[in-house]
Order: sequence, then C-alpha cells, then structure tokens
Amino acid sequence: MDLMIEVQDLSKYYGPTLAISRLNFEVAAGEIVGFLGPNGAGKTTTLKILAGYLSPSSGTARINGLDCLTQSLEARHSLGYLPETVPLYTDLSVRQFLGFAARAKGVEAKAENAEVHRVMAACGLGEVQRTRIGVLSKGFRQRVGLAQALVNNPPLLILDEPTIGLDPSQIVEIRQLIKELAGAHTVILSSHILPEVSQLCQRVIIINRGQIVASDTPENLSRQMGHGSRVRLMVRGPENEVAAALQQVPQVKEVTGAGEGKFQVVAANDLDLRPQLARLVVERGWDLLELKAQEFTLEEVFLDLVTTEDVTKEEETTEEKA
Amino acid sequence: MKNAGNFTAVLRKELAVYFATPIFYVTGFFFLMLGGYFFYSNILYYNLVSFQAAQNPMMAEQLNSQLMIFRPLFGVLTIVFLLLLPLITMRLLAEEKRSGTAELLFTYPLTDWSIISGKFLAALLVYAVFLSFTLGYALIFLIVGRLDWASLATSYLGMLLFGGACLALGLFTSSLTENQIIAGVTGFALLLLFWTIGWQQELGSMGWKGIFGALSMSEHYENFSKGVIDTRDLVYFLSFIFFFLFLTKRQLESRRWRA
Repeated sequence: MDLMIEVQDLSKYYGPTLAISRLNFEVAAGEIVGFLGPNGAGKTTTLKILAGYLSPSSGTARINGLDCLTQSLEARHSLGYLPETVPLYTDLSVRQFLGFAARAKGVEAKAENAEVHRVMAACGLGEVQRTRIGVLSKGFRQRVGLAQALVNNPPLLILDEPTIGLDPSQIVEIRQLIKELAGAHTVILSSHILPEVSQLCQRVIIINRGQIVASDTPENLSRQMGHGSRVRLMVRGPENEVAAALQQVPQVKEVTGAGEGKFQVVAANDLDLRPQLARLVVERGWDLLELKAQEFTLEEVFLDLVTTEDVTKEEETTEEKA
Repeated sequence: MKNAGNFTAVLRKELAVYFATPIFYVTGFFFLMLGGYFFYSNILYYNLVSFQAAQNPMMAEQLNSQLMIFRPLFGVLTIVFLLLLPLITMRLLAEEKRSGTAELLFTYPLTDWSIISGKFLAALLVYAVFLSFTLGYALIFLIVGRLDWASLATSYLGMLLFGGACLALGLFTSSLTENQIIAGVTGFALLLLFWTIGWQQELGSMGWKGIFGALSMSEHYENFSKGVIDTRDLVYFLSFIFFFLFLTKRQLESRRWRA
C-alpha cells in the first residue's frame, strides 16, 4: 500500500516551548484519518508542518514521498489545506478567489473556468459565486475554504477542524461532503468533536501534549478500553433489592443505580452478562423493561487516555521535585 | 511555463483586490487633485514668464515648457508619491499575515519569487495608472504649444524607476510586520531618509560626501528630470529595487523558521 504521509521523529519548538515531541505516524493512500486531541495538544502545529507552512525543529515529514521541507514546492502540489481559522480574501468574490486558487495551484488558463465550476458545484457555492466573501455567512465561508482545498483535485486533503463553528445542519452537510471525498482522496482531519471522528474516520490518532497516545480504528480503541463489558438494564421492582440481587451475580464487578429502575452493571472480565442478568430478573418475578450491552464511547477512551497520561506526567514531576 | 502562470495568478489577484478596495480610489483621487492643482499653478507661472518674454527676445529663447512646467511638476509629485506609495504597498504582505491568508498563500505551490514579483508588479501597475493620468497634461501641448517629447519621456522613465524603488522598499517594510500602519510609517520614514540623505553632503567630511550622494534617491532622480539618462542612475534604481525585493524574499524565507 502506498504511503501518503510519513512522519518520523517530528518535533517542533516555539521558542523554548515544545509543541510536538518526536511524532511518528503513517497514513496510507485513500485513508481517512482523524487527528484527535485537546486544545493545545499540537494538532494544528503538526498539520501546519505537513502543509509546508512551518518548518519542523527536527525530524522529517513526507507527503507522497516528498519531503515537506526540502521538496516543499513539489509536496505542496499534492495537497489541499483548510486552515483552522478559514482565512479567505474577503475583498474578492467567491468566483475570483477560487480562480486565483486554481491558477496558483497550476491549473491551466483554459481549464480554470471548468475547475472553478467543478469545486463550486461540489461545495454548493453556485448561488453565491458573485458574492463578496466578506459578507458570506460562516457556513458558506467554510464551504469556500473547503472548495479552495479541493481545487486541482489534490490527492491529500489536510482539514484543520473542518466543522468548527457551524450549525448542526451545516455540520451534517460538510461531513457528508468529506465522506464523499473518501477513496479518491486521502484525508487527514483534526477535531475535538469525538462523534464526528468516529463517524468519519477509519483510523484515529490521539495526541496529547505533543505526543501520540493511541492510534487505531475507533472500534478497536473502544474495545481495548473495555476492561470488562458493560450492560445497561431497566427493571420494574424494588430498587434496593434489585441492586443487591444484581451484585450477587457471579463475575459482576460493579452495579450503579441511575434511578427510575435503571442500572449499569460492569463485568469483571469480557464476559457477556446479559443471559444471567435476564434470568435473575425473571426468576425474581420483576419486569425486565430493557437490557442492552454498552460499548465504551470514544469520549471515554479519549478521556481515559488523556487523563491517565496527565496523571502519570504529574506523578513524574512530583517525583522529580522530591 | 508553469511559474509564469503562478506569478500572473498573484498579479491578477492583487489587482482585483486593489480595484475592489477604497484605498486605490482614495489615493488616486487625492493624487489627481494635487497633480491638477500643481500643473495649473505651473501653467499660470509659465504664462506670466511668457508675457515678460514677449518684450525680451533673449528671454524668449530660454522658454522651455518641459523644463518650466513638467520638471517642477514632477519635482512636487515625487514628494506626493513619497507619501502615497507606502499606502499602496503597506497592505501587500502585512494584511496576508494579519488575516491569516498567508497560510493559504504560502501553502499553495507558489515560489517566493512568484509571490513577490506578482505583488510588486501589481503595485507598479497601479502606480503606472496614477502616473498615466499626468499624460493628459502633456497632451494639451499637442494642441496648444510645443514640447520636448524625448525629454518628457526621460522624465517618465525617471518617475517609473523612482516609483519602483519606493514600491520595492514599501513591499519590504510590509513583510516585516502584520500591522499595516507600522509598515506604512516605516516605509515612509525610510523613503524620506533615502530622498534627503544627499542634503547631508555639505555637512559630512570628505569620505562621507560621496557615500551620501551615491545613496541619495533625489540626486539620481535629478538627471532624469533634466532629460538625461545616465547609466549610473539606471544602475542605482534597478539595484535599489532588486535589493529590497531580495530582502523581502529573505524575510519570507525566515518566516517558516521563526513562526
């Protein structure tokens, strides 16, 4: 499989501040990868280096086999970049701006018009093509930003927080658009909206404090995180008795009541507890209203990884101080 | 040629922005107003001298519309341009940085030279448009009177080189900051320094005299306004332009490292 992005030992200092520290990751051609992390984790810095806007302090980043630093011009030919703040030339019309993007990216004069119309159609910009960008709504600006990244059909798209600041229906539209790009393009997108990443991406790279803490499919991450399986059930019956009875079931590690007959049961291992729990409730003569195995969400995985990391870091620093 | 296409993309975009924003129209308006006023007063003065010359054949031979109208006119306009041209260039790179569009511009597959030359030429074209309005004054002499056209053309060449030098320096100051005002003020201050540095010649000791004179913009412009093309002046202005464009390129290169 061809590699679209290869990052080796990539570090970046801003003055004395270490923004990212010895990152290593690869992205295969055609993959959609989510770059996930809290604010200030180094997502944007990494993407800026990949886009050729910043130079790394050490390490290398390659796009399509081309070094982002020494072969910057060639590497930039194969990428489309949507910066986090979606900067646009507000004095130009949508049509003028996309025309500039096309020519700057090396589209021939004859093909310019067709290319601009292609990306405007893909991003639904036909109705505003003559409007000055400065007066467009946030949603349209985001689409213009995406459209300029798509110009000249680059094999790699780098999208920094593509749905930030949009309303829910616009978010759905943009996500749909990104999904449609899959296959023909490699996409690396950053986000701190977890459901978005789990919906869109085949693989997630979680980054915290400038370091990669996990890299896997969203499903695998949830599974690894599950130290035991979880079951949610809703029972009509005396709550205290139900809770006590559930606790008695072998292999049950923890029972938490959520009121109104709702309980969450965590197993001690990967065992599926549903048959035992159902039998117990029915044998006692209570009514079983709901029974559901629950997976760990990406939020939980993320919080778990990020917070454990922080805790170990703090422990290290306290030890150092001591 | 691929690079030529890229460079014209920047040129076209900058021109589109110039014509879409008020700065071009406002500076153009005041330039035309001042230019018209100075031309008119020079004409009145020339008129007065002509009447006196009617009584004095010796004086009549001295009359030269190029030297008595256009030379002082361009002399004043250079000062006007010293003030106006930093306003034309201050936006070019500072605004890209402030608004964040630098992040687009520098991640498009454009070389630094195509960005710089595109922006420089766009500013030069805008300046040429301003300057071309003064051709209207000269055209009056086609109908009523005589004019030394070759000498006038030399003046225009001088003005074009002088403007190019101002714009190259202005583009450089615009690359230093993300604040347009700072870029404009710095550009104006440096231009004024280069314009007046020759005036220090009387004060300096022997060694410095030549250096001040050689650096002076006004001294090198002077010959053009008399209708003389001296290669030293050509070399001065062309190397001035190239030097500041080169500094701009260095400044853009350093951006990636400092960020």
